[in-house]
Amino acid sequence: MRVLVAMSGGVDSSVAAALLQGDGHEVVGATMKLWGGPSDTGCCSVSDVDDARRVAQQIGIDHHVFNFTEDFDRWVVDPYTADHAAARTPNPCIECNRHLKFDRFLERGLVLGFDAVATGHHARVVAEAGGRWSLRRGADQAKDQSYVLHMLGQYQLARVLLPVGGMTKVEVREVAGRLGLRTASKPDSQDVCFIPRRGGRHSFLSTRIDLRPGRVLDQDGSQIGTVPAVEMVTVGQRKGLGPAIGDRYVTDVDAAAGTVTVGPLENLLDARIRLDRLAWVDAEPAAGERFEVQMSAHGQPVPGQWEGAASAVVLDTPVRRVAPGQSVVLYRGDAVVGGGTAVPG
Amino acid sequence: MAVYLDHAASGPMHPAARDAMVDWMEGGFGNPSGSHAVARRARLVVEEARDVVGRFLGVAPAGVVFTSGGTEADNLAVLGPLGTRPGAVVVSAVEHPAVLEAAAGSDREVRILAVDADGVVDTDHLKLLLDGEVAVVSVQTANHETGVVQPIARIAKIVHRRAPGAVMHTDAVQAAAWMDVAAFCAAADLVTISGHKIGGPQGIGALGVRDHVDIRARALGGGQEQERRSGTQNVAGIVGLAAAIRALDPARGELVGRLRDLLGRLVLDTCPEAVLTAPSAEKLPGHCHIRFPGAESEALLFLLDQKGICASAGAACASGAIEPSPVLLAMGVDKDGAGSSLRLTLGAGTTESDVRAAAAAIESAVSALRAGGRR
Repeated sequence: MRVLVAMSGGVDSSVAAALLQGDGHEVVGATMKLWGGPSDTGCCSVSDVDDARRVAQQIGIDHHVFNFTEDFDRWVVDPYTADHAAARTPNPCIECNRHLKFDRFLERGLVLGFDAVATGHHARVVAEAGGRWSLRRGADQAKDQSYVLHMLGQYQLARVLLPVGGMTKVEVREVAGRLGLRTASKPDSQDVCFIPRRGGRHSFLSTRIDLRPGRVLDQDGSQIGTVPAVEMVTVGQRKGLGPAIGDRYVTDVDAAAGTVTVGPLENLLDARIRLDRLAWVDAEPAAGERFEVQMSAHGQPVPGQWEGAASAVVLDTPVRRVAPGQSVVLYRGDAVVGGGTAVPG
Repeated sequence: MAVYLDHAASGPMHPAARDAMVDWMEGGFGNPSGSHAVARRARLVVEEARDVVGRFLGVAPAGVVFTSGGTEADNLAVLGPLGTRPGAVVVSAVEHPAVLEAAAGSDREVRILAVDADGVVDTDHLKLLLDGEVAVVSVQTANHETGVVQPIARIAKIVHRRAPGAVMHTDAVQAAAWMDVAAFCAAADLVTISGHKIGGPQGIGALGVRDHVDIRARALGGGQEQERRSGTQNVAGIVGLAAAIRALDPARGELVGRLRDLLGRLVLDTCPEAVLTAPSAEKLPGHCHIRFPGAESEALLFLLDQKGICASAGAACASGAIEPSPVLLAMGVDKDGAGSSLRLTLGAGTTESDVRAAAAAIESAVSALRAGGRR
């Protein structure tokens, strides 16, 4: 097969490329330049491109750079700032997967004559009966990334390879070390790649949107404090809101009204989560079907059922409310069924 | 076998340059600033080369400042005069980053000189930008992406009349392979060339400085190059640069120009949507710049690379990612047009079969991209 590997400059995609090459595929590596602004972490700085290029040289494959900065701004950075402006809590990595890695990059690969694209994600694409594909959790439970890939449908899964999904991170690093790849002991990227560590989210957002001070209200509506920027507050938060909050949690953020409502834990608990941006690995589930529901990248799945027409998940037991903008993913065993993005109410 | 059409980026060394360097490195070494026999030999070859380069640039031998390449020479040309002059820096919008970034990195006001749709500087705009408060004007001899030639004599005349205190620099890095620099750039005060664009080695360049022009060094130290560029000279590189200049054959421009025209014609014939950049402007004979609306440079270059055709899009950042060309944007080409650019640059060794192979590969790549659809 002719395979185009998305090489971020990290160890996982380095090993993905090496494994495919070792399996006899015709492999070309490509690094997406996604962010044009200053960056010190994540996956798109010049030094990461250099690392990816050097790994490609070491394993003997061609390497190219694709400049997708405009697409990244349009599909990831702009929606990220717009979400914050509306007091939602976006997950930009998921939008990057949805629009960049498994759309723009995949389509570029297909146009260039490749049969498939590959990434270094820890998840598994498995061929099922009847020519269907499933997306399953990665073998390394602690590194499983199936949650951030929940938007992959049959079209993508038929054209995507995840060569390290069946390995543990330790095994990945062992392979990289054995091959002498310069990324073998490179630390995992942790943060949002376009937010510089210095200044962080606040300074990034403050140059793009007007951060407005807000009033902190208790559950009865009386003001108990203020916050410098409502756009920076997340549902479920309890730190950084001053001593008057006590042991209460943020239960609601209203950007338009400029208010943050806090309350006791029971006010934060909710069993029903409404979703938009729905994406299904295969057919949409039937109403009433039961799943394990995961509400953060490494969160503990809890049982619940799909409500169908209302595009909502109803959990058996109420949990702390999912902040609007966060992804909710349904699993059947270790297989992703699909998911969506939490919306208020 | 690869077809190499990226000579504007870097070209193969002329055998005469390679031989001269090998001869030197096998027999000689030493620091040209020393006072003994070994050093004197090194000094001898440097000064012989200085005579050759001075003649080529049309400046006195003492006006030749050897540098590590075109970028350093451009930096010195833009920033060096500021050490002794107040005032603004005027640069054309289509300059190489070595000039634009040097200007931006100075502590001076930077005035950007507009170009017309062909990329030729607007001399009316130049007149508006010039006054007694200008220290340096930098306008390239020919453009690195499009090959479009600037009217240097006219520009220099305007500069010297309207801003008598200003120093006029021209970056002749691209032009030097094809033009009589001494004659064409005679009215400029400072002229940049680079070794590897004219059949010499990488890592060597020169700034030609006219007698009356004083510039302040950027690299400080032992005071080499008449205190205008400290650091032990790259003797082998200097030898290679001079040999490459001696080997330049003025007649090959006509031949290469004919091949370039053939290439443009073949591509336009087979790709009906293709647009030739600055079709009627005076251009260097090696440059063929074509846009393919609806195709993306990156994808096009990828497919050409797979077919063994080495070309470029013109502008790339440090990571190697292709950027929308600021040169084309300055010429009024829209972002999509600029992002569909292909720069094919021929060299003295380019053959008709190279040109035909490239045209065929371009046709097949462009039609593959069209079939794949564009997003």
